[in-house]
Amino acid sequence: MSKLVNLVPTGEKDSTRVAYGKALARVGAENEKIVVLDADLAQATMTKEFKAVFPERFYDCGIAEANMVDMAAGMSTMGLIPFCSTFAVFAGRCYDQIRNGVCYPHFNVKFGFSHAGVTLGEDGGSHQAIEDLALMRVLPGMTIFVPSDANETYQCVKAASEIDGPVFIRTARLPSPIYEERPFEVGKGQIIRDGKDCVIYTCGIMLEHTLKAVDLLKEKGIDAALVSFHTIKPLDEELVLEYAAKTGHVFTVEEHSTIGGLGDACAAVLCGKGAFTFEKIGIEDRFGQSGKPAALLEEYGLSAGKIAERIAAGMK
Amino acid sequence: MELKELQDVCRRVRRDIVIMTNKAGAGHPGGSLSCTEALVALYFDVMRGVDPKDDKNPARDRFVLSKGHAAPALYGTLCERGFFGPEEFDGFRQLHGILQGHPDVKKCPGIDASTGSLGQGISIAVGMALGAKHTGNPCHVYTVIGDGESDEGMVWEASMAAAHYKLDNLTVIFDYNGMQIDGTNDQVMSLGDIRGKFAAFGYDIIEVKDGNDMQQVLDALHAPACPGKPRMIFLHTLKGKGVSFMEGQVGWHGKAPNNEQTAQALKELEA
Repeated sequence: MSKLVNLVPTGEKDSTRVAYGKALARVGAENEKIVVLDADLAQATMTKEFKAVFPERFYDCGIAEANMVDMAAGMSTMGLIPFCSTFAVFAGRCYDQIRNGVCYPHFNVKFGFSHAGVTLGEDGGSHQAIEDLALMRVLPGMTIFVPSDANETYQCVKAASEIDGPVFIRTARLPSPIYEERPFEVGKGQIIRDGKDCVIYTCGIMLEHTLKAVDLLKEKGIDAALVSFHTIKPLDEELVLEYAAKTGHVFTVEEHSTIGGLGDACAAVLCGKGAFTFEKIGIEDRFGQSGKPAALLEEYGLSAGKIAERIAAGMK
Repeated sequence: MELKELQDVCRRVRRDIVIMTNKAGAGHPGGSLSCTEALVALYFDVMRGVDPKDDKNPARDRFVLSKGHAAPALYGTLCERGFFGPEEFDGFRQLHGILQGHPDVKKCPGIDASTGSLGQGISIAVGMALGAKHTGNPCHVYTVIGDGESDEGMVWEASMAAAHYKLDNLTVIFDYNGMQIDGTNDQVMSLGDIRGKFAAFGYDIIEVKDGNDMQQVLDALHAPACPGKPRMIFLHTLKGKGVSFMEGQVGWHGKAPNNEQTAQALKELEA
């Protein structure tokens, strides 16, 4: 049986994108091969934190994401570890470069793509990535991280710098609770809450909202387990199977399209492996829109209340 | 190597191109034949640290074939240079072959970047040159791009960055054969004052009247670098050069010669 993770709130909040910038500065101090590339968004992706301490290792590529990715590919062949940074929604814009320039030759390039999901908020649907995980999952050799808080973001950046090959790190703009640093292993999920009636598989900043949903479900007499995956690829298949078998009812919750993200990754593991009920909770084949993050989570069924309602209904 | 010897290598590479594409029944002979002098000049005369026994030597000059479909010219050149034997030509475009349809850094020795998706190679070369400057590596980076390839916006993004970062350790070779898949450049997408455009993007430009004349190509490639500026060499070339029935013919962009045509081509390319 896998071990329960002790989740200790620090009482502080920060966004994973801010944590990404700080993590780059910290990891960059330990490894001089790390260089950071940005496409005129250093103030938003927070790579300015790295730039402030290592200006000679920061390269602005202008508003040209495609060129940024292939420049990073070229730089990696010189023994450097480039971190490309931009908004997750532009993953589509430089997808051919990520595919052919980096993944096909398995070059050592990292992608720290921020402002993912609808909680980006006011900028609206044109800027809210709902498909980036789907795009990245299908690329052979790509490692995918979706950190849930600031400390885990540091762990993901650190791990990315130690992996020889492409790594995608998805971060968010919305501040989320910071928990005390917990043990981190690439490809391993974390059991946040044990439970016997059903299991919730989630990733990223949805940890905050699923945690609250677990409490709401408890009030309704449903004992839900909660597992958080900082690594979407390679996915902790063993753990996905373990809690599906233990509870018989699986719900996946992600701030991403229900097509191609964590839900589909779990479904692929579970298909044909037993008799479970299975439901994906996420953005249902539609684009985002402008609004306050909390209102958007409500609208797209990803607030704690909406998640708990869906799960309670699914358990009937 | 003497000029005559380099010209002989070109002739042999052209034979390799014909043989390879004939065996595979596919490939891109036209644009391979047009850039043969450039590749042979680079691998046999210009690039430093080219060593088939140590193809990962960090200080070696780098080459990126941005117009990756001209792979037969690169494979012929690498074979003549000793990176692998001619028996590999049998596996060109075949399952498990090291000579993939487009250059693959993971499969073929001597290749520095996987290319084929047009526009990307020049950008990767810019990154290599920037990375070399960053790490203090004295190597020079060369890339060959196509005229049709320059329809791609990436070519211009990369060029802007090359000038911005003052990459005088980068040489972009423009294979100006005037043709692409669907017709001439002017029929498909006019390049306009292409030299003026690249000059405006910040390149130090050298124009070579006959890019299939080895001496002219060598002179351009050996010209001293212009401090603080990336170099672009315009090679006015002939698509299908060396095979009479392919010369200047759009139709030979991506078509393999049959056995009869191959016999004729090889006869024309005899010493």
